[in-house]
Amino acid sequence: MRPRVIRQALRAESDPGGGAEAFSWAQVGRDLGIRPGGPVNMAYLAVDRHADSELADKPAFRFLAENRSPHDLSYRELARLTDRFGNALKSLGVQPGDSIFVLCGRRCELYVAVLGALKIGAIVSPLFPAFGPEPIRNRMAQAAGKVLVTTASAYRRKVEPIRGELPSLRHVVLVDDLGGGVVPETRGWDHLLHAASDVPALVATTAGDPALLHFTSGTTGMPKGALHVHAAILTHYATARIALDLRPDDLFWCTADPGWVTGMSYGILAPLAVGATCIVDEAEFDAARWVAILESEGVNVWYTAPTAIRMLMKAGPMLFAGHAFAALRFIASVGEPLNPEAVWWSMETFRLPIHDTWWQTETGGIMVANAAADDIRPGAMGRPVPGIVAHVVRHRAGEPVTVIETPETVGELALESGWPSMFGAYLGQPERYRECFAGNLYLSGDLVRRDADGYFWFVGRSDDVIKTAGHLIGPFEVESALMEHQAVAEAGVIGKPDALAGEVIKAFVALKHDVVPSDALRSELLAHARRRLGAAVAPKEIAFVECLPHTRSGKILRRLLKARELGLSEGDSSTLE
Amino acid sequence: MPLEQEPIRARVLEIIKTLAPEMDTGKLVADAPLRKQIDLDSMDWLNVLAAIHERLGVNIPEADYSQLGTLDSIVAYLAARLSRRTQG
Repeated sequence: MRPRVIRQALRAESDPGGGAEAFSWAQVGRDLGIRPGGPVNMAYLAVDRHADSELADKPAFRFLAENRSPHDLSYRELARLTDRFGNALKSLGVQPGDSIFVLCGRRCELYVAVLGALKIGAIVSPLFPAFGPEPIRNRMAQAAGKVLVTTASAYRRKVEPIRGELPSLRHVVLVDDLGGGVVPETRGWDHLLHAASDVPALVATTAGDPALLHFTSGTTGMPKGALHVHAAILTHYATARIALDLRPDDLFWCTADPGWVTGMSYGILAPLAVGATCIVDEAEFDAARWVAILESEGVNVWYTAPTAIRMLMKAGPMLFAGHAFAALRFIASVGEPLNPEAVWWSMETFRLPIHDTWWQTETGGIMVANAAADDIRPGAMGRPVPGIVAHVVRHRAGEPVTVIETPETVGELALESGWPSMFGAYLGQPERYRECFAGNLYLSGDLVRRDADGYFWFVGRSDDVIKTAGHLIGPFEVESALMEHQAVAEAGVIGKPDALAGEVIKAFVALKHDVVPSDALRSELLAHARRRLGAAVAPKEIAFVECLPHTRSGKILRRLLKARELGLSEGDSSTLE
Repeated sequence: MPLEQEPIRARVLEIIKTLAPEMDTGKLVADAPLRKQIDLDSMDWLNVLAAIHERLGVNIPEADYSQLGTLDSIVAYLAARLSRRTQG
């Protein structure tokens, strides 16, 4: 029988004399050289700080092209390029606090743009490359994005058609990935950078100045922009060391795209703050390619996601036969709960367990983890990292929130507020922000239980958001796009359980009374949704229904749609129409 | 292009069109990377491969995925696999 706990040999080495007691955010600040009340800038701490140190000539990034040829960029070169881009933004009239959006594949220019914009105090908001025009328009309009950095191919397909609807967008900076030359109404990346000065571009931002804007989804309404401040890098730095065991000599591979919060926090900021080298693979997931990268690049620390792990498991043991991963020391996962089978598979395949971690866009960094120094409980989220205090709470409408002390009782995961990477606002939605808190507790919306040893176990969501391939998708955004089609009367969207993706997006569509369902119409609706939303947000399945179930107040009962999909009992239907 | 590849090409396009019906077949450049032209995420791509397995009877191992970058290379790969089968 497999043991329920994997003991960590690391414990004695990394946790001498109970290091957890010694932890404080003030000490993390001192480790990063931050003076009390002094300036704090993410890009300075991630890049410039190393560019004048013994790490200056060490690669900050190793970019792997489609053909896997590597291109290294040193901390010194990265500092110079980000100065140039920062100065270029200043020459375009960008001021601290202005919003800069990036919509790019994982190529060098994306990383330079993000860090260059942070350096001059602009707020950076990344867009996932698989978004369609509507998610792009909605997010940029909410934040009044002033500059967009994108590729010529993405611009042609996704931005040009909606540009007229974005009056705040002053400048589009284009990376010419098509070799097509000048595009009207845009500025070429190469030309802009060439013309810019490389004198230091740094603006002395403070710990509380806004830095990053990550959009995330809830059950109701359009995505919300969670705003994070420059001090968030303290969390990135501390958790990379504690939860990911990352060290300056490491080659680190975070497989998440910077279009999502993981790819920003741990694909860029955390590893650079530590002084490690980040692998960036420009290609999409490919099981054989990933095995080759892990082996031949000599990855030491690997941070990935359950969907990718399940795809590697599905590929079968032959893919790994004859390969050795001598350099690999630590594997961690994030995005959704990791099944215990994946931990056992990893033990057999890599001779290492996978350390699951839990956090959200709103938390900005890892909060709960099977940390390097801790024993692993396969299937558990882990325990709160140093500096974080977590509770299980009872949270019911109309009742005060109370802390549950009894172990093994299901409740909502809540965190004591005040850690450096906690979101400071939902852009333009103060009411929704306030609803996330009860007193000093941030309410995560995730249902958990805690065992007697303090390990947290994920139980489910308290709302209807969909987790597909580790990405949070709000049903409302999908339903809204479907309802724009003239044949659709109403749409209800759920996450349908899927062996690989966790959940896939499924839409139930009620047609207008004079419209006849057909395969051709289903195909037309799918095309409509994919054109508007892009592959990441559009449904994978569409089913026609006569009518959708509602509450008495008229809200679509997505839970009932899901129960029907799963063949479960429909439960109490007293609130149905 | 060998004549026998035409029906395979039609079947592959039909499969992609089912999953990504917004695709404009006429604009597709057959020798350019497919996933740069059509919005296919990892799940869509796996569904394409599963449909090829189901409808053409060719199970493509993960190790061969790197040979499937363009429409032309997918068709050539499938033609080779199918002809090996008829000869065998």
